Amino acid sequence: MISLRQVSKSFDGGRTFAVREVTLEVAERAFVAIIGDSGSGKTTLLKMINRLVDAEGGTVVVAGKPVDADAPYSLRRRIGYVFQGIGLFPHLNVAENIGITPRLLGWAEADIRARVAELIDLVSLPRSYLERMPSELSGGQQQRVGVARSLAARPSIMLMDEPFGALDPITRDTLGAEYRHLHEQMGLTTVMVTHDVMEAVLLSDRIIVMRQGAIVADGQPHDLLLTHPDPGVHALMDMPRRQAERVRALMQDRTHRG
Amino acid sequence: MDERFSAAVRLLPDYLSQHVLLSAAALALGLLVSLPLVVIASRRAAVRWPVLGFASVVQTVPSLALLALFYPLLLALSSASAYLFGYRFSALGFLPSLLALTLYSMLPILRNGVTGLMNVDRAIVEAARGVGMTERQRLLRVELPLAAPVLMAGIRTAAVWVIGAATLSTPVGQTSLGNFIFSGLQVENWVAVLFGCAAAVALAMATDQLLALVESGVKKRAPLRIWIGVALLLLGVLAAAAVHLGGARKATYVVGAKNFSEQYILADLISGAIRKGGHVASTRVDLGSVIAFRALSNNDIDVYVDYSGTVWANVLGRKDWPPRAQMVQEMRTALRQEYGVVLLGTLGFENAYALAMRRDRAESLGIGTITDLAQHAPELALGGDFEFFSRPEWRALRERYGLTFRQMRQYQPTFMYRALASRQVDVISAFSSDGRIAADHLLVLQDPLHVIPPYDAIVLICPARANDPVLRKALEPLLGAIPIELMRQANYSVDRDNDKKSPVQAAQWLSSAAHIR
Repeated sequence: MISLRQVSKSFDGGRTFAVREVTLEVAERAFVAIIGDSGSGKTTLLKMINRLVDAEGGTVVVAGKPVDADAPYSLRRRIGYVFQGIGLFPHLNVAENIGITPRLLGWAEADIRARVAELIDLVSLPRSYLERMPSELSGGQQQRVGVARSLAARPSIMLMDEPFGALDPITRDTLGAEYRHLHEQMGLTTVMVTHDVMEAVLLSDRIIVMRQGAIVADGQPHDLLLTHPDPGVHALMDMPRRQAERVRALMQDRTHRG
Repeated sequence: MDERFSAAVRLLPDYLSQHVLLSAAALALGLLVSLPLVVIASRRAAVRWPVLGFASVVQTVPSLALLALFYPLLLALSSASAYLFGYRFSALGFLPSLLALTLYSMLPILRNGVTGLMNVDRAIVEAARGVGMTERQRLLRVELPLAAPVLMAGIRTAAVWVIGAATLSTPVGQTSLGNFIFSGLQVENWVAVLFGCAAAVALAMATDQLLALVESGVKKRAPLRIWIGVALLLLGVLAAAAVHLGGARKATYVVGAKNFSEQYILADLISGAIRKGGHVASTRVDLGSVIAFRALSNNDIDVYVDYSGTVWANVLGRKDWPPRAQMVQEMRTALRQEYGVVLLGTLGFENAYALAMRRDRAESLGIGTITDLAQHAPELALGGDFEFFSRPEWRALRERYGLTFRQMRQYQPTFMYRALASRQVDVISAFSSDGRIAADHLLVLQDPLHVIPPYDAIVLICPARANDPVLRKALEPLLGAIPIELMRQANYSVDRDNDKKSPVQAAQWLSSAAHIR
């Protein structure tokens, strides 16, 4: 579905590389999480897929077609994009925000209205919110609108850059689970960048670990949690397991005393 | 009601409508030029700094100088266009004012526009790209609407600046509310000055409030407010256009005047003479001394009065001082050949530097000429205005007559006359047609060696009207018809503090007193 071959990107004219000769294949309906430290190149790699960043060297193919075959805007209208900044348009109400891509694609107004109503239900917001301005919503509600907006034109691919990173833990957990459900239901292919290893483990089918512009690990969450020859990857993946064990121990302790 | 106030009210529709049209045109043009620059500058740093830098530099040029500078520039362009395409346009009045004010309006629009666009939240810009907007869609649907409140604040500032600075377009020949202020200052008509200031302030405040309404509409996304504000602004401009087009039977003859009382009176005298023949005439007053002749040679004005010595030295650049009659003769030929300007003739008086004494004092010392004065000078005190002692006339007088005074002092003109009256000085430098010479019973000393160059009042006609029968018929009765005594009285009636006359009234009095048919 998505294929990156030998792609690189340097922001300083070739002295250092944010992404260096990376090759990655993402299958249809996969849910891939990319994790790594800040500066590891994970966001740059993600943005190469919808050309918010242009790859230098190598090829990017989406749904069988090289990404530079069309104008960037027409590519982006076929790919959903959700990011930490949310970026709802403050001068448009919720309905107008959700309907923006269909409107750019020239859908009929009636179709847009029907699709917007369908999406607000899908992200579990009351329909009365459609008339509200973004500033009247909480952070979690705003990102629900952000997800709805990215799904509006029925993309088959979703790119998510720390989508829930700025939300409180409970909202983050709820929204993550709900999105995973949407992913299944709609048969999406999702690539999500996150620095939260636990989130990656719980949501994705496949985890890619990046360091200094290269992929250092790639596997199912289950396998990576067990063991990995690279000590860095091992330490990273060890963290959620140790946290889970500590929580379990704490709860057993409470049970014994009780 | 005060006569000066009602006179100002009568002039208001004309001045105000022209002021509104000029300001609106400058602001509209400023927006038209600035908005594309705002978009380009916000996208490219390489464009941003030069554009904002240039606008800032323009802002530091005093607005009066900016307006004045456009005149010679346009004059050169007009000559070039006449040479290349055979088409000559007017370099005076509306065009230089419009261009200068347009430049003046650009800084706040550019600065606020660029700030507004650059301050749009980066996340929103990323979202706009992410949802698949083209560059143009991103600008029109997201960035401009979000930058609009800041941009509107800049437009408000620009509007207030332009309306204020438009009062300064009077000296380059554009009628505006500044006409009240400039003319009022010259003849010390404070009612007119205050009236002009108040009108300009009221116009600026009204415009600012309407733009504030539009701005709040933009900020609160209330389209009704925007439309009401815009509609009222347009209505004001349309009303001004209606007044201007309805009121102005296009003047056939334009009479120019420099910026002092005598010039106002003579311009009214000439335009009155033209109207007597059943033709339409208007005056264009407060022209800068140098601008007046240029405007005439470019056919921007049809006729005005200048002084022979001024034209001789400043226009023709001559340094010699031939006798009076010969000078006028040579000047007539040179002006015709070099500029196509017609020197029709002299009015009969001159406005030159002169030495004057109190009549009783001069008689008791037996002084009638500067030669007589030279014998008594070492016991006397001389008062001069700020300019006099550095003028070539003074140098020539001192050398040719061998003048040495006991004391020499500089005064502001009003105080110079008072110093003479209170005997602090015995002799002063004066302008020979000054009304105070008659009023204070002063004696102007004769200049037997003809050291002081002649400054005869001469009537000049523009090249396009060289053989115009109407103009000649109206002007010929004026030639040689105005003795210095009458001109002094007319000037004094406008300059004095009590029973002050308007230039039009003084011109009417002068016309009948000089028996001009």
